[in-house]
Order: sequence, then C-alpha cells, then structure tokens
Amino acid sequence: MNLTLRIWRQKDPSVKGKMVTYKVSDISPDMSFLEMLDVLNEQLIMDGDDPVAFDHDCREGICGMCGVMINGQAHGPQQTTTCQLHMRSFKDGDTIDVEPWRASPFPVIKDLAVDRRAFDRIIQAGGYISAPTGTAPEAHSMLVAKKDSDAAFDAATCIGCGACVAACPNASSMLFTAAKVTHLGLLPQGQPERNDRVINMVAQQDAEGFGGCTNIGECAASCPKGISMETISRLNHDLLGALRAGARPKS
Amino acid sequence: MTVTDSAQRRTPKAAKTNSVFKKFVMAISGILMLLFLIAHMIGNLHVFQGAASFNSYSEWLRTVGEPALPPRTLLTVIEIVLSVSVLAHMWAAISLWRQAKRARPEGYVTKKSVVQTYASRTMRWGGVIIALFIVYHILDLTFGAVNPAGTDSTPYSRLVASFQNPIATTVYVVALVLLGMHLRHGIWSATQTLGQSNRRRQKSVNAFAIAFATLLIAGYLVVPAAVVFGLVD
Amino acid sequence: MPLDLFNVGEPIADTKAPTDVPIGERWSERKFRGRLVNPANRRKMTVIVVGTGLAGGSAAATLGEAGYKVKSFWYQDSPRRAHSVAAQGGINAAKNYRNDGDSVHRLFYDTVKGGDFRSRENNVHRLAEVSVNIIDQCVAQGVPFAREYGGLLDNRSFGGTQVSRTFYARGQTGQQLLYGAYQALERQIAAGNVEQHARTEMLDLIIVDGRARGIVARDLVTGEISTHFADAVVLATGGYGNVFYLSTNAKGSNATAIWRAHKKGAYFANPCYTQIHPTCIPVKGDYQSKLTLMSESLRNDGRVWVPKERGDDRDPREIPEDERDYYLERIYPAFGNLVPRDIASRQAKNVCDEGRGVGPGGLGVYLDFAEAIERLGRKAVEAKYGNLFDMYAQITGEDPYSVPMRIYPAVHYTMGGLWVDYDLQSSIPGMFVIGEANFSDHGANRLGASALMQGLADGYFVLPATITEYLADGPFEKVDDNHPAAVEAMQGVQAQVQKLLNINGTRSPASFHRELGRLMWDLCGMERSEESLRKALDRIPEIRQEFWTNVKVSGDWHSFNQTLEHAGRVADFIELAELMCIDALHRNESCGGHFRAESQTPEGEALRDDDNFAYAAAWEWTPEGQPPTLHREALEYEYVHLAQRSYK
Repeated sequence: MNLTLRIWRQKDPSVKGKMVTYKVSDISPDMSFLEMLDVLNEQLIMDGDDPVAFDHDCREGICGMCGVMINGQAHGPQQTTTCQLHMRSFKDGDTIDVEPWRASPFPVIKDLAVDRRAFDRIIQAGGYISAPTGTAPEAHSMLVAKKDSDAAFDAATCIGCGACVAACPNASSMLFTAAKVTHLGLLPQGQPERNDRVINMVAQQDAEGFGGCTNIGECAASCPKGISMETISRLNHDLLGALRAGARPKS
Repeated sequence: MTVTDSAQRRTPKAAKTNSVFKKFVMAISGILMLLFLIAHMIGNLHVFQGAASFNSYSEWLRTVGEPALPPRTLLTVIEIVLSVSVLAHMWAAISLWRQAKRARPEGYVTKKSVVQTYASRTMRWGGVIIALFIVYHILDLTFGAVNPAGTDSTPYSRLVASFQNPIATTVYVVALVLLGMHLRHGIWSATQTLGQSNRRRQKSVNAFAIAFATLLIAGYLVVPAAVVFGLVD
Repeated sequence: MPLDLFNVGEPIADTKAPTDVPIGERWSERKFRGRLVNPANRRKMTVIVVGTGLAGGSAAATLGEAGYKVKSFWYQDSPRRAHSVAAQGGINAAKNYRNDGDSVHRLFYDTVKGGDFRSRENNVHRLAEVSVNIIDQCVAQGVPFAREYGGLLDNRSFGGTQVSRTFYARGQTGQQLLYGAYQALERQIAAGNVEQHARTEMLDLIIVDGRARGIVARDLVTGEISTHFADAVVLATGGYGNVFYLSTNAKGSNATAIWRAHKKGAYFANPCYTQIHPTCIPVKGDYQSKLTLMSESLRNDGRVWVPKERGDDRDPREIPEDERDYYLERIYPAFGNLVPRDIASRQAKNVCDEGRGVGPGGLGVYLDFAEAIERLGRKAVEAKYGNLFDMYAQITGEDPYSVPMRIYPAVHYTMGGLWVDYDLQSSIPGMFVIGEANFSDHGANRLGASALMQGLADGYFVLPATITEYLADGPFEKVDDNHPAAVEAMQGVQAQVQKLLNINGTRSPASFHRELGRLMWDLCGMERSEESLRKALDRIPEIRQEFWTNVKVSGDWHSFNQTLEHAGRVADFIELAELMCIDALHRNESCGGHFRAESQTPEGEALRDDDNFAYAAAWEWTPEGQPPTLHREALEYEYVHLAQRSYK
C-alpha cells in the first residue's frame, strides 16, 4: 500500500505546530498503525530528519500509552487502541490525518505525544481505597456479589489512554473519572471513602481544566475498553448523594 | 475530610461551581420548564373548543384561586419559577460552554463524530435560538406587541392572526422543531445527570426521549396546522 | 569448559537466611532478627525506587506508608503503564480455598520443582508463605478478582499443578493488580510521601564508599541529566526479554538500569534463563515490532500440525489428512498437544528448522480447530475461546474458525537477573533488586501465574521488611552533586549520550536491535549448542563494534528524543547478549528454559547435570576487553529432593 500521511508536527509545547505531509510506500496491510509509523520514522532517521514522536509501549492494547487521532477519530476507525489498529482498515492511496489528543490538560510534549499526568492527579484526589500494606483482613471475610464484582471489573478495565477526553466535544474527562468512581463504589471495601472520593475527583478534574460532561456519548463510543455511559450516571448519582451528605472537596 | 455534621449541611461554594453541579442545575431547571411545556401544550389544545373556551381558559389562568388568593397568583408563581429556571439553565449552559472552550482552545484539523446525535450537537446554538424565540413568542402572543391583531386583542384572535402570517408560522414551526430536538437530548441527558440511567435503561430512556419530544411538539404544531388549513379561524 | 571466555572467582553465598531454624520458620525468624528503624528516623531517610510495575509500585507505596521519603522513577508518562499490566492469566496463592490439598508447602514444592531445581529453597518458601497475604492485601485495595455466585473468590488451575490456586480477574489479572498498586502509590504521592519522576530513565548508579547512594537519570522530556541521592536504591525495572527484539515485553522494556548497575559491580545471575512461550501469534514480516501471547489453554482443543513436505505452501484447508504431520501427537502419543511449554516450543522450532514451517518466513505451525468445531460445534468453541479468536482475527486479519491459526513460540519472561541475597540485596550494599529484575525465585523455569506473585511479594512484603536491616545503619552521610563519585557517574552518562549522537553513521538503532534479536533467537533461543553459542559470541562483538561506529541518532539530547533513548538501550542489550551467551555456553546442561542440544535424554528431554551445575551463576563485570568472572552460589536442596522432571 502507498499512503499519504498528514501528521501534526510540533517541536515542543512552546511553538506552534502544523500538519506536515509525508508519503510512505510498501505498507503491508498486516502492519499495525504504529508499525507503519515505525517505517516512516526509519525513513526520517535515514534522511537525517527528526522522527515523529509518539507514545507507545505494550503494543498489545492494555497499557494505554498509545493513542492518536486518526482521521478525526480517537484511535482511528475501529473501537480499539491505536496499537491494535491494523493497516488493513485503510485502502491503498488513502490520505490519513494523524493528530495528538487535544485538550488543555493534555499539553503536547512533542508531535503526537501528550502529557496525561492530569489523569494521575485525578486518581491522587481519591481514586483509591486506603488500605495500607499489611493491614488487610482475610480476603474471604468480605463477600462481594458476583454481579457487583463483575460490574466493578468492567469499569476497572479503563486503561487511562485519554481517548474519551480526545473524542469528547467538550474535552471532558468524565468517563475516566466515572470508571474509577464506579469500580471502587461498587465494592464494599470502597464504601467508607465513597463520598469523599467522588467529590474530590470531580473537583480535581475541574481544576485540571477538563470540560464538563454533556452526555453526548462520544467517549464511550471511542473507548477501546468499552467503558459505558452508565458509569457517568453512577458518578452523578454518587455526587448527588455526597452533596446531600455534606461532603466537600479538600481545598 | 468529610463533614457530615448537620450544622454544615449547606453545600459549599466549591461544590456548587463544579461541573457536575452545573449539570444538576441544568437538569432540574430543564425538568421544571418541561413540566410547563406539557401544561402549556395541553392549554393550547383548548383552541379546538372554539374562541370562547380558549379565551375563558386564558382568563381562568389569571383568576384561578380568587377570591382566596389575589389575582394572577398562579401565573405569577409560574412566571417566577420559569424565570429562575431559564436564568439558571442559561447560566449553567454558558458556564459549561466556556469551560469546554477553555478545555480545548485549539481544535482538531479533522474531527469526526461517531455517535453524536444532531440533537446533542445543536444544544447550544439551538438553545440560543429557542431563547430568542421565547422573547418573540411572549411579545407576540402574550403581550401582542408584535402581533398583527395588536395589544388590545383577545388571546384567541392573536393566535389566529399570528398563524395566518406565513413568516410567523414558519418561525414558530422551526423553533418548535429545534425545541423538540433540544428536549430529545435534554431528557436523556437529565436522566443521566440525575444518575437515573444505566446500561439496560439507556435504550429505553433514549426511545422515550424521542417519543416524548415528538408527541409534545406534535401537540404544539397541530395548532398552527389547524389555523393554516382553516380548521380554526 | 571454555575457560577463555570467563574467569572463575570466589564462590558466593547467601548469608541472610537463618538456616539454623526449619524452613517454615526462617522468614519470621529473619524478620525478628533484623533490626528495625523507628518512625522518627524513617522520615530522615530516602529510598529511590526505579520502576513502577507490580514490584516497584507496591514497594514505593509501602515504603511511603511506612514513613520513608521515597523517590519513584518511571520512563512512561504514568506508573500505570508498567508492563505488569499485560499479564493475563492470574496469581498463585496457597489459600487452599478449594480444599483440594493445597498448602504453603505444596506451593513451595511445586515452584522449586517447576524451576527445575535451580532456585533457592529459602526464597521460594518465603514466596509461598507471603502469597496468602498478597490476596488479602489486593482484595482490601479493591482489586476485582473473579468471584463465584456466593460472593467468594474464584480459583482456577494453571499449568501443571494439581490444585486450583490461581486467582484471576478475567484475562486481565496483571492489569487489575497493577492498578491496585498504582492507586496505593498515587495515594502516597498525594500524601507527599513519594516524590514522582515520570518519563525519567535511570542511566547509572552512584556508589559512594561502597554503598549505593543514588542514580543518574535523564528526564526524557527535557533531556536534562541529573543526579538523585538516597540512603538506599531499589531497582524494580523488570526483565530483559527485549534482548531478542521480538518478545511479548513492552517496546520500552529494557535492561539499562540493571545492566548499568551490573557494570558498577552488581552480580548478574543466570542470564541465560529465558522462558519461551509456545502459543504466540507468529512473526509476519521484517517490520514486526512486537509479539502477542495467546493463552496456552488453546492447546486443549486445537491440534498442532505442519505439512509433511517441506515448502508446501498450499492453503491449509487443501492439504489432505495424510499429508499433514501432527508432530506432537506423533512424537508424544501419551501427551499429544498437551506437552509442557518448553517441549512444545522446541518441537515447533525443530519442524520449522526442517523447512516445514508455515506462513510468511516459514516460522509458524498450525493450531487447527477444525476437528474441535466438528466435535463440539462452533458455538461451544466460541464460548470457550471466543475472545482469543477475536484477538487473533484482529491482529492477523484471518478467521480462525475457518482457517487454522498459526502460532509460534516467543520470548516472554527472563528468570535470570541481578543476583540478590535473601534480603533481596544485591552484591552492592544498599542496592536492592525486586521483581523480574532479580533472579531469586523461579530457578530455570517459571510456573504460570507466579510472576505476579513474586512481584507483589517482593514489593509489598519482603523488601519493606528486609530493607530496615540495612537502613538501621542510616541515615548515611549526605552526598551531593559535587561528590567525586557523582561527578564521575554524571560525566560518564553525558559522555555516552554525546558519543551516541556524534557517531552519525548510516544505520538506525532499531536496525541493530533487530539484527541482535534475530541472532539471539537463532543462536541462543529455544535450543542452544556449543556451536551456536560460539557463533553468537563471534558475531556479537562485531555488532557492538559496528554499532559504536555506524549508528545514526538524529536530534540532540536536550529534548524529547526517542531515537536516543532506544540507542542507549540497544547498546546495553548488545553487551548483555554477550553475557547471556557466555552463561549459556558455560552451563553445559539442560535445565528448565535453558536447553543445550548436547544435554538431552534419548527421548529429547532436558537433561540436568546436578553434579556439575547445581549452582546459580553470578557474573561479575570486568572492565572492557576482559572476560567476566563467575561466582558460583551452590544450591542446596534440604526439603525438595532433586529429581528428574517428568511429565509422563
């Protein structure tokens, strides 16, 4: 396959970026999207040009490190991670636009790589159960209904890739936050901190500068792990409850 | 730290301005306006009982509860609730709009939406248009200020006069269709915002939102249709 | 023995395990005898933890909770990316929830035997003891393990054991356990107990007065190279499977931290022990960057075969039955397709070496479900393996329901690593090594679902308990940037980085990595022989020479430069590859994942040589141009008796 790529090039956060056109040839349909970028980069290195920076690590769809906008869709035309998207999803002669995630809380580091540490800070605000090592009771002392445990697992599969933010017309991180609130809120162990968790995580995502959720659903439709909009409903429910109980965010 | 002390049950300022709280405001005010829309639609249908019935319904709204209550009690209550709702709804919307702008100052060169409905995409500008329409609508049919029948007319004659004007009718129809779409996304969104949706319910909530919005708007549109086709004159 | 390749040094021994008490009491005894650090003093001490996988993440969180000042380093954007996230199967623990006769002793026994008697009994027993606490800890953190309808935790059986002791969270156990540790770590970051260094790569160890006192690290975004000091340094940087270029490791997984620590004096033990998993999706072309594992359970219903004729490239569906060679069923009539991992891997290699491999490059064998679909119906096969079939279809674009799958073995774990004693302290005082980065618990072969167990055991329970003995002597004298050791380490790193940029040759770092990986796979992979290893040892120095004269790294080091990162890692892989080959050559026996062609039973099984090789080989780095020095740690088996591993 021969392809035309239009890729966002930006040297660092301080300069303005632009789309630059590249041609790649002899692309196998069996290549993953990232392997196609590898080919381009080898070409650029050999030509003495600066290779395109992009984040990636496990390349098996689980670490959440990769993620770019491909033809205007987060992770491209299939609901999977960029590393699991294969070139057979494209046709010979196609022009493919590749852009970084765009959101103020995800500043561009270089080219297609963005800084997603805002997600870590949302977790820091309460996305955990306080259980210091060594203090845990016997695992079977607390039963969890299979239904709850399965639903918690579904929410917990979020890989924190940021596609939800990238796809959202408001650049909201609601699905990410809601997935964690749902995971921990469904388990008995997560109850004592449930009110504080939701209040603080939502306050943190606002403080990071993410947009507000308007229930459009682009996030869930772009999520490679299929996190559903139900988690957002759950977060809202928990937040109402927490406000009623008088919980307030940490300053 | 959680403060569950009853003396501190007041929602703190920080919590009030968070994005989800704004959505609650949006949902609650939206629901209040929706209830009004239902009542208003049913009221409109009096037009089919003739001019006398319609005008006396209109008069009843002004005198209901008399003499126990002062005149226009019901209307005043409705007006206050609605005004507050409109302002709150707009405040929440504008504030979320600005937040979204700040969150993505530089847009994508190419962006495709996957599931976004036309309704949800037109919420903001649609809302603005609906707001402008409401102003015109009140000036037209409530006060008669911009109505061909003038300010001294009866409600029934204002209605007929307005809908006999093709431009006014077109504006009305377009605004109502926009309102319908606004409701279609709004009903789903409010359910979600108030934490009442889940994966199983998601489909039925959406189906309900579509059916409800369609019925309600149809209820509104039969009136101009009747005027245009001469069923009401 | 090829003495020209290495020197033999003094034997080495673990002196920390209290062997004067029975094995079941040694861990508690060790904890009791070890000195403690009182809470007020903990605040005065800093510990550097490099890596945030199961071992590093849990260690940093636990040390932070205990009150030490922790500095945590990772090369990705978030600690949640560490490659532990990709582990699928599960985590073992001797809970005996199934009442099927499991016990700490049985887990201990299975692990020592599974490791083909090349692990340290004391460490393995401790691992088995601690395993039960891990499950409690993770459940308390909210890890959503699979449960039964009654609300109790579910278990499944896993590779080769007779009990069901594996806890799992669908096919994403590693992910869920990692998120548990990650959340605990983020909580400590929020509490101010852990200082975070994201996108920062350790490039050297700083040793002051014989103690590990800090690291030199490069901020991958700004390119800034800086020093970081502490009272102890913990490496939790994972394994070195990426020496082979293609492996199931993450692209960024690297050996740089452990290798540079090795060059500063830490012994590297058993580098040749690598585990190769038989059911991976095969390589498709030169561009391939990564291999993906498919659960071993597929071999329960799939039949493995290749065409009888070499070079038969017909569509597999058109090859008649009598022209197919179901080689596992033919060679092992009793076990058929269910022979152990190492056998299945090696036989696949054999048929491909004969030229009968299938698919692009001839590196693959068929795993055929046609018979199972006919017998059970497509529905049943779908219910059992649906997600795996989907994954296969996604990656290969082929429909495994109609065309046989193609599989091939791939590197996925390294049992070798930096040598540590019972306290997990390396041969450099003050430097501790945990998780896959050390060598301690798996011997020559790791059992399924044991990697997660070891990572969390080390991070949550073992290291935080043993490091106090070392820190009880602290806090140590303050060191800063001006200390000669720090200056030297810093300059060394800067010089190397600059050198890489100055070469400006004609080949990319990736092309060297690919060449090295191919060489290692062919000559030091599933089957090694004196001849193949000698060949590798002739070739590797040439690759190294060419690398250092002809690599091309564009850009500069003052900015985000992924090519530069890769080049530094490849340089280390080349050196490590040489040591792996030397280790493989010197170990003239077959054991676990290390199969020497010269040492096999008449049936082609691995043949150990306990008289000569019942030891861990701890290698000491010697300055360039000199052969490394071998220190032997004799392995004694008091509780599990040495026996030939048998699967008949």
